[in-house]
Amino acid sequence: MNMAAHFSHFSYIVTVLLMVAGLFIVIARGNLIKKLIGLSVFQTSVYLLYIAPGKLIGGTAPILAPQFSVYSNPLPHVLILTAIVVGVATLALGLAIAVRIREAYDSIEEDEILALDHTAADAQGNGSP
Amino acid sequence: MRHDLVLRVVGKLLVPFILLFALYVQFHGDFGPGGGFQAGVIFAAGMVFYALIFGLENARRVMPDRLVETMLAAGVLLYAGVGVAGLLLGGNYLDYFVLDRNPVLGQHRGIFWVEVGVAVTVCGVMLKIFYMFASRGGADGPGPQ
Amino acid sequence: MAERGGRIIETLIVDLLLVLMALAVLVLARTRNLFAAVVLLGIYSFLMATAMVALDAVDVAMTEAAVGAGISTVLLLGALHLCRSQEAKPVHRPWLPLALSASTAVLLIHGALGLPDFADPQAPIHQHVAPRYLQNEVDVPNVVTAVLASFRGFDTLGETTVVFTAGVGIIALLRRRRPKAEGGADEA
Repeated sequence: MNMAAHFSHFSYIVTVLLMVAGLFIVIARGNLIKKLIGLSVFQTSVYLLYIAPGKLIGGTAPILAPQFSVYSNPLPHVLILTAIVVGVATLALGLAIAVRIREAYDSIEEDEILALDHTAADAQGNGSP
Repeated sequence: MRHDLVLRVVGKLLVPFILLFALYVQFHGDFGPGGGFQAGVIFAAGMVFYALIFGLENARRVMPDRLVETMLAAGVLLYAGVGVAGLLLGGNYLDYFVLDRNPVLGQHRGIFWVEVGVAVTVCGVMLKIFYMFASRGGADGPGPQ
Repeated sequence: MAERGGRIIETLIVDLLLVLMALAVLVLARTRNLFAAVVLLGIYSFLMATAMVALDAVDVAMTEAAVGAGISTVLLLGALHLCRSQEAKPVHRPWLPLALSASTAVLLIHGALGLPDFADPQAPIHQHVAPRYLQNEVDVPNVVTAVLASFRGFDTLGETTVVFTAGVGIIALLRRRRPKAEGGADEA
């Protein structure tokens, strides 16, 4: 009985693991594009967290038809539709910034960019002609 | 990819159907899965597919930069305009019941125009983003103004 | 009896898709090749779209397939080409991020165990506004479209504005031509 109860939360547990994997990629990897991919993984797994509770076994998609009486909950679908499109807009903006950073610093690795910034700040602090 | 015969032929066959499917998803969004977002994205994906196979200049000839930038703004304007129309006809902002003598038909009309606005903006944004990324390589042609 | 069998099969399908997604993300976290990472993200998005269909969210599945696996992959490949980057640098042992992620996971799982059972008809999510939305007040069979465009029309207006703003932002960021290698003139 306990096993079945935890099995029914399996989808939530895996969703949390996916979210945390995305979070790990964002904070642990130094490559800007890898970070953005991790952010995308994080966002996509959150969609699952919203949609899974709305499902009803034996129900159908929320499109009204005379032969069905049980429908899955339409409200999370609406919220996630918005979230998906906003997510891709965010990804595109992030990629545009990454492209500009690449053109300015000639690298998209976080530690190289920080090192370049430090040397530039040191040079500015040390000498003025 | 212009010189790959299989890609060209299959592309020429597929692109009209993709665009048609986008329109189908748009207009049947009331009765089946679909709606503005999906239609806009599928239309943009069809155009991206065309641009990948036949080249960015050809795609720019079909959908010029000016048109895409206008689409970007026109969709939001259309959506907000439906709201203002609700105001002018005596109801609240974005009230669809007043858009027609029969309130349910008013809802239909409002939902239709609002979804068109959403599709136009989403398609414009996706296409514009693709154009900007694809033409940034620098080698081919002047950048967008 | 058959209903319980059907219930088990539906749950198993969703769980199998979730396991495949977890595998894809695990490989994605480990790989250093960025092209492989982009392709794995596309695979993950496709699996997510399939899971959405299994969860009866057909509108969301269509959008996720088109946006996540289509547009997103194209944009990432374009950016990858522009950044001329093939590989990420090798990682020093990420103990602190691993510890942070693990503790976040423990906290979230502890919270998630308090959620209602999967596909429980008595869950609070089904009790308040959802029955009203399913009453077909606006005579539009696709309830998601009706809610999106009519019941929650203001949200969709805001979201369209967000998409428009993102487009304007990208135009502002990428409008100038790529500067020449000598740091020469870039035209507006």
